[in-house]
Amino acid sequence: MAGHSTYNPQNPLLKWFEARLPIGGLIHSSFIVFPNPRNLNYWWTFGGILAFMLVAQIATGVVLVMHYTPHASLAFNSVEGIMRDVNYGWLLRYLHANGASMFFIAVYIHIFRGLYYGSYKNPREVLWVLGMIIFLLMMATGFMGYVLPWGQMSFWGATVITNLFSAIPLVGEKIVIWLWGGFSVDNATLNRFFSLHYLLPFMIAGVVILHIWALHIPGSNNPTGVSVKDKQDTLPFHPYFTVKDAFGLVCFLILYCWFVFYLPNYMGHADNYIEANPLVTPAHIVPEWYFLPFYAILRSIPSKLGGVICMFGAIAVLFAVPWLDTSKVRSANFRPLYRQFFWIFVAVAIGLGYLGSAPPEGGYVIASRILTVYYFFHFLVILPLLGLFEKPLPLPASITESVLGKGAAAVTAGAPSAPQTK
Amino acid sequence: MAQSAAVEPTRRDFLYIATGAVGAVGLAAVVWPFIDQMNPDASALALASTEVDIGSIQTGESVTVKWRGKPVVIRNRTAEEVSAAKDAPLSELKDPIARNGNLPADAPATDANRAATGKENWFVMVNVCTHLGCIPLGQQGEYSGWFCPCHGSVYDTAGRIRKGPAPENMAIPVYSFLSDTKIKIG
Repeated sequence: MAGHSTYNPQNPLLKWFEARLPIGGLIHSSFIVFPNPRNLNYWWTFGGILAFMLVAQIATGVVLVMHYTPHASLAFNSVEGIMRDVNYGWLLRYLHANGASMFFIAVYIHIFRGLYYGSYKNPREVLWVLGMIIFLLMMATGFMGYVLPWGQMSFWGATVITNLFSAIPLVGEKIVIWLWGGFSVDNATLNRFFSLHYLLPFMIAGVVILHIWALHIPGSNNPTGVSVKDKQDTLPFHPYFTVKDAFGLVCFLILYCWFVFYLPNYMGHADNYIEANPLVTPAHIVPEWYFLPFYAILRSIPSKLGGVICMFGAIAVLFAVPWLDTSKVRSANFRPLYRQFFWIFVAVAIGLGYLGSAPPEGGYVIASRILTVYYFFHFLVILPLLGLFEKPLPLPASITESVLGKGAAAVTAGAPSAPQTK
Repeated sequence: MAQSAAVEPTRRDFLYIATGAVGAVGLAAVVWPFIDQMNPDASALALASTEVDIGSIQTGESVTVKWRGKPVVIRNRTAEEVSAAKDAPLSELKDPIARNGNLPADAPATDANRAATGKENWFVMVNVCTHLGCIPLGQQGEYSGWFCPCHGSVYDTAGRIRKGPAPENMAIPVYSFLSDTKIKIG
């Protein structure tokens, strides 16, 4: 998607095809010879892991639909049928359900990596915004997918989340009835969630293509945050990064399989194995773990509309990060103060996640209020001011210098005609 | 280029704008069915009513019935519950409106306006939290009324919001007494 294609097929059939649809050249320039910074660490393998997880979720999801019945009176039993009767149904469902959690683990690591290394800064703002759109679509998909088994948590999660829209002044109630297609969450709601749950992953795939396109214009950021200046700063995507990504993926899959085979219900809720009952709310409603920090923010505000605004604001503020961070230095490795605030922020985000799972009473409420204030303080006050006051450490002259040291870089820089290793 | 601004619109300009306008109207006309299909259909809108025999509900007991997919609680309140609800000053209420489907929209949230007319022990209410739609648990919480386990909203013995994130009192549905022991909801 960037640079001039050096793809030159020898096979006459491929030559004929390439002249009519140059897709081979596109793949070759994007994923074979694409120049990546030579110093990428394993935090950079999560993009590839996420692409794999999207494909895995679509594959297992399409197969599960072959056995699932989207009806309020049949859905729960059809999921039990998948678990007990369908050949390997238990495996497919556990892969899909745990796959959603693994998808979110990977995306949160991917986002925090971007925050640490300043990957959202000029010229990658659009890349970051596209990533945030994918994150939003993922949350919508995850939420609607969790409704489909029609257990107690499905039903009451759907009720609570759709009721968020009733906080909108004047038209809120109408919007909620429109979302439900009735006066409560019922069959009409289940059917439309099923339809959208099937649609949204393909929309995610579309935005992923834009995300990769926007990545391949400036190329990847790197741990130093210093831009690529020379060909010696990069290595071709294949084999160096295909192998690195594959190794990262295999390690990730071990964790995934550990959950699927040994702790398949660890990240779910026992209440969801009770069929939905519109007359009884479970004693303790908790969303899926990946929503918990935002749920904690929602609950910390003692006003319905205020809580909803803060929860959506917590996501909206992420979109604005490229313009809130005033520092010109990308990588936190060279920003001694930001590095500390970054880790405080990580702790605050995890803390909010813990508080989101705790009951809404006493000290938990006070703690989530403090952390909610800090969450916004980090983005709206610390990020803009830090860029003005912080004295960054000296940056390396180039990526190569950061890898090989000053002397080696000087040698190669002084010999521009040195043969390239390629 | 001040001159170009003075050029008379041509027939081509007219056709261009007229075509665009018709296209926009046509698009809106096609979009509407795609939006409206999500609204409740006639079968859901048909205001289903439920008749309930309340003769067997003793003082201090409640019965929950399903109406429009939502739980409606019918409670025969104790004398203490009634007096507690009556004694609460209106100035202490978070939501001073009765939210009673049988009364005008601006009726104040006195206990008389919340309970059944002339039968202050009988109390009928849509048992759905006005925060995010969970079902509050009866005879619990600080006011021994209702307590929502989801986000901690506290209601009194007349279903009025006293503490927590919920913005409104729980709704009173349209209902009527058919006889002393039978009510019709809806």
